[in-house]
Amino acid sequence: MNPTDLVDVESLRDDIPDFAPGDTVKVHVRVVEGNRERVQVFQGAVVRRQGSGAKETFTVRKVSFGVGVERTFPVHAPTIARIEPVVRGHVRRAKLYYLRERYGKAAKIKEKR
Amino acid sequence: MASSAIVGTKVGMTQIWDDARHAFAVTVVKVAPLRVVQVRTPERDGYSALQVTYGFKQAGKLNRPEAGHFSKASVEPGVGLWELSVEDVSGYSVGQQLGVEVFTDGDLVDVTALSKGKGFAGGMKRHNFKGQGASHGNHKKHRAPGSVGACATPARVFKGTRMAGRLGGDRVTTLNLKVIKADPERELLLVHGSVPGPAGGLVVVRSAVKAAVKGGSAR
Repeated sequence: MNPTDLVDVESLRDDIPDFAPGDTVKVHVRVVEGNRERVQVFQGAVVRRQGSGAKETFTVRKVSFGVGVERTFPVHAPTIARIEPVVRGHVRRAKLYYLRERYGKAAKIKEKR
Repeated sequence: MASSAIVGTKVGMTQIWDDARHAFAVTVVKVAPLRVVQVRTPERDGYSALQVTYGFKQAGKLNRPEAGHFSKASVEPGVGLWELSVEDVSGYSVGQQLGVEVFTDGDLVDVTALSKGKGFAGGMKRHNFKGQGASHGNHKKHRAPGSVGACATPARVFKGTRMAGRLGGDRVTTLNLKVIKADPERELLLVHGSVPGPAGGLVVVRSAVKAAVKGGSAR
C-alpha cells in the first residue's frame, strides 16, 4: 500500500472492467468541442498497463490508414466514458512493444481460448 | 512575513482530477495537530513568531530544560520545537491547537524543506553545465567541466568558480504553490506541484509572501 492511497481512493473508478495487455478494447473518450460534448471511440490492442493507484495508465495501439497510432489513457481518467473489452488476446508478455515492428498478419494477436 | 504557517511531513505525490477533468500533480502533506508552546511578541522579543510542537514524547526522554519549558507552558511535550514567523500573533495563545484549517482551498503557499542530498556531484548535475561532445575524438572527458580559467594572468582560479562538489541537503523554499485541498478531517494538505525533500521529510508551509508582487499589484 502506498502512503498516498488515502488520497487516491476518491479518484479511483469502480466501473473499470478487467482487461490486460493483448486484449482488444473500445475506449469511449469524452471529447469537448466548443460547448458541446460527444463520445469518440478509440479501438485497438492494449500494449501495456503501467503504474498503480490513481496514476495507472494503459496504452492502446491501432493501425489507422496504414499508420500506427498509440494513445495512452489514465485508467481512472474522468474523460473516459467507458472501457469496453472486445476480444481477449493470448500473449506471452506484459509489454507488447514488438507489435510496432510488425504489420499485417504478423501483428495479429491470437484470441484467448 | 507570512500571515499563517504550519509544520507537516511530506507523504508523497499523486494526481487528482478537478471538476473540469484536468489532472493535477499534487503533493500530500500530513499535518498532525500543532500545539503552541510560546508566543513571541514584538514587545518582549523584538519580533513576532509562534513556537510550536506536535506529536508526543515520553517524559523520560525529555531533558530537564525541555521538561521545564513544556511544563511552564503547561503543554504536553512533543517531538520537537519549531518557530514559525507570523505577521500578527495577537490571535494566538499558548496551548492553542493549529492544523490545516489555517489554509483554505485556492490559497497560495510557500513550502520550505531540506532538499534531498545528492552527495558529491559533477558540474553537469550541480550547475547544469553542458558537458562535452560524445564524439569528435573526445576521450574520457564527456562530463568534464572544461576550462576553469585563463593562463599566466591571473595564474589562479577565481573564488566561487562553479565546480563539482556537495549537492542537495540545502534548505530550499518553493514559492507560490496553490492549495488544491485542505482537509482538516484527515489532517491532509494537497499542494499543486512538487515540494522539496524526500517523502517522510519535515516541511514548513506558510502563506505566500511574494504572491502580491508576482501579480504586480504590490508595486
